[in-house]
Amino acid sequence: MDQHDHSGSKNDPGRRGFLKCMGGWAGAGALYSVSGGVLSSVALDAASAAPAKASSFTFLQVSDSHVGFNKPANPDAAATYKEAVSKIMMLPKKPDFILHTGDITQLSKDQEFDDAEQIIKAAGVAVFHVPGEHDMLDEGQGKAYLDRFGKGTKGAGWYSFDHKGVHFVALINVANLKPGGMGSLGSDQLEWLERDLAHRPASQPIVVFAHIPLWTVYADWGWGTDDAAQALGYLKRFGSVTVLNGHIHQITRKVEGNIAFHTARSTAFPQPVGGQGPSPGPMKVPTEQLHSMLGITTASVVRGQHDIALVDDTLA
Amino acid sequence: MSHSFKARVLALALAGGLAAPVPFVALAARAAPAQAAATVTVRIDNFVFGPAAITVAPGTTVTWVNQDDIPHNIVADDKQTFRSKVLDTDESYSFTFTKPGEYGYFCGLHPHMTGKVIVKAG
Repeated sequence: MDQHDHSGSKNDPGRRGFLKCMGGWAGAGALYSVSGGVLSSVALDAASAAPAKASSFTFLQVSDSHVGFNKPANPDAAATYKEAVSKIMMLPKKPDFILHTGDITQLSKDQEFDDAEQIIKAAGVAVFHVPGEHDMLDEGQGKAYLDRFGKGTKGAGWYSFDHKGVHFVALINVANLKPGGMGSLGSDQLEWLERDLAHRPASQPIVVFAHIPLWTVYADWGWGTDDAAQALGYLKRFGSVTVLNGHIHQITRKVEGNIAFHTARSTAFPQPVGGQGPSPGPMKVPTEQLHSMLGITTASVVRGQHDIALVDDTLA
Repeated sequence: MSHSFKARVLALALAGGLAAPVPFVALAARAAPAQAAATVTVRIDNFVFGPAAITVAPGTTVTWVNQDDIPHNIVADDKQTFRSKVLDTDESYSFTFTKPGEYGYFCGLHPHMTGKVIVKAG
């Protein structure tokens, strides 16, 4: 188990500044309800709601389940996704919900989406999705995803919600990609994000989740988002920002000012460290090692502490 | 897999590919011209189009074959001239270039993957 909570990482000098900058975080009150994993009513206007103290809770991040993948790196990605869900069900504390950071399926096939939904349903909690590039491969270039998960979302599927004082923002950076580029948010989404954040108190903790990393992990392999800087500009005034991504099938972390970046393991197959393999494709490892390279991430929000602790568990 | 081994696999695949007809040639904007139409193959291997730039005569059909374990597709830079459906492992897509010009393209899933087809007579 890799533990890297924001409060005491020795090899991460940036954390101290991160903590120092954060004030109290009585969050804005909000109402939301979830039906079948779909957000059915959005947050109240933060300004009009009575402030509610954030309370302790946990949520889960799963990523890159690639249901339908059956190549040598993992002949049965659905099976390892099931194992990840079993792991979630055995956690000592039931998470309030799960964030899936994309590449739900391998090829955006209806059967793959169906199977993925059936598998995660067993966890018994709401699931919030964002698409990866593998979920945009239907004829409608993302329509199949939106038909399933896009209810109440905007544009290519972006949305936000509040939970127990924490503001969650789902961003889409796999739509309308440009030749030679990396991930892209696009001007419509950036304008929406600016408005979504504008009236929130800087003390409210923010969690942003998207598929492709919102900082450049390795440009030669497209592991970054071209216009992420603008999004991060809107986020930097907040005292606690946690950015959760997938796509690269391995854990990476970075702290920049008050923004903590994290990428999660896949539940399907590992990929090489940027530049250290022939390509960013699936990495075949000995079968007995596979489970130690797949995993889930638990995020703990603790009342009275200013950070969100992230703990990565493997499926081993 | 070592590079030399991979190169040999590639060479074998190339030989096989030339002998066998391309399984689904479709979506060509118009019928092949009357003269003997040339075919050129671009292979996708390790997230790279190879060769990345090709020069062909008008009327040439270019076929892209995906040899990765990850799907790719072929999208013209203008996103209109041609756009393949997603190509899973070993699937291919063909497009016949009739008009001279430079046609940049990329992979719509992994846009850092780019290539170019230069069409000119003669």
